[in-house]
Amino acid sequence: MAKLDTSPKVDLSSLGRLTEPRTLADEKICLEVDNLNLYYGKKQALQGVNLNIAAKRVTAFIGPSGCGKSTLLRCFNRMNDLVDGCSIDGQIRLDGQNIFDKSVDVASLRRKVGMVFQKPNPFPKSIYENVAYGLRIQGIKSRRVLDEAVEKSLRSAALWDEVKDRLNESALGMSGGQQQRLVIARTIAIEPEVLLLDEPASALDPISTLKIEELINELKSRFTIIIVTHNMQQAARVSDYTAFMYMGDMVEYGNTDQLFTNPEKKQTEDYITGRYG
Amino acid sequence: MENEGYKTHISRQFNDELDQVRSHTLEMGGLVERQVTDCVVALIELDVSKAEEIRRNDHIVNAMEIRIDAECARILAKRQPAASDLRLVLTTSKLICDLERIGDEAGKIALHAIGLAESGDETRGFVEIRHLGALVGQMVHDALDAFARLDTEQALQVAQADKKADLEYASALREMMSVMMEDPRSISRIINVIWALRSLERIGDHARNIAQHVIYLVKGKDVRHANLTEMADSIKD
Repeated sequence: MAKLDTSPKVDLSSLGRLTEPRTLADEKICLEVDNLNLYYGKKQALQGVNLNIAAKRVTAFIGPSGCGKSTLLRCFNRMNDLVDGCSIDGQIRLDGQNIFDKSVDVASLRRKVGMVFQKPNPFPKSIYENVAYGLRIQGIKSRRVLDEAVEKSLRSAALWDEVKDRLNESALGMSGGQQQRLVIARTIAIEPEVLLLDEPASALDPISTLKIEELINELKSRFTIIIVTHNMQQAARVSDYTAFMYMGDMVEYGNTDQLFTNPEKKQTEDYITGRYG
Repeated sequence: MENEGYKTHISRQFNDELDQVRSHTLEMGGLVERQVTDCVVALIELDVSKAEEIRRNDHIVNAMEIRIDAECARILAKRQPAASDLRLVLTTSKLICDLERIGDEAGKIALHAIGLAESGDETRGFVEIRHLGALVGQMVHDALDAFARLDTEQALQVAQADKKADLEYASALREMMSVMMEDPRSISRIINVIWALRSLERIGDHARNIAQHVIYLVKGKDVRHANLTEMADSIKD
């Protein structure tokens, strides 16, 4: 039978997005964590963590309770400063600058690195005032500027259509899912660089959860987002990169597709498949 | 279930992913369908260069299968699809396997076309190949069309056509046997023709499998080993 030239010259460009998964090497890095150790008193909660967070991507931290994922998240805007007996060595660099440096003003750091917590915590004020709050603190008084910023933020948080007719009503009258989106609107109103989300959907029903996830997906074109979640599937759905932590160690960190379809470490595999005991 | 259903998730990314898997599968289907038509033409016209091109394209089909399957695995791992979404992902994963096998059979036919072209220009058996080729080519086309439009009626027609293809194949075999008995010198050549016929018959089987996957996708009923009457019942509302 005939001999053939069967060398595989495969052109898969027509397959569009089905390309190799992104890797961190291709990304612009926004935050660099460099050998970070954190102690609560004598107990070491983070053990020499190293990782780079990609700019304008969603990075998820997963791991069992007490593994240090929230602790690590709270380092990014120095929330741990408020904890008694907490000491830190190592560096976290935001755009090259060590955030633990003495010259860094914590208030301005937190303007750049906003945070949203598990339970929605709107202020007992109107919807409008909640979103305008951060801008007012910055000294912005112009009604026009505030109006614009409030509308833009509420639109970005996919909330505008639901609340535009009741901006002056109390934020406490909103549903839990709406309150959480309001808190996100409040956070992004001051245009931070980084958005930290600590279990942002764990107190919400499934549909509100999906709305928050879709919101995260939309916001990532503008912000670097880091999310801590107990819900592995949520991490899988929303994130580009995932870090699995265990007992203060960063066990595995990489592309989410890769980590959830073929993790490198057995420990990761056991955790994401529910074998972790 | 309707086509538009894929576009109504709260997560737009999920919509895109499902939509993409579907359209990539159809794209792969289009390529495979072309391979089937071309291999029949290459054989009947004893066109070696066309046959070689089909052999080369087979790598693309294989690579597409792997990529689409990886995409399905990714969706399963990341989205935990349910109900019709789950069926779409499961169906796609199986359907592309059948498509890849169709591609393999087309590649084999191309190989026989080259063998035949190199051993002379005698065309006995080519009429049978053309008939069966046209029949199963249409089946592949219709099965993919049924997948694209989620049309169970059409899927059922593909399954019915497979019966016809089996009969055509049996009669072509009888024909070839009598040719070989009349002229034993033609045996080596006719064996190539028989292999090609056999491949075409297998392509028909794969098209029928695809049609059955479509019925599962739309109706949620597994009709893989059902007969035609049972299949017809399964698509009634």
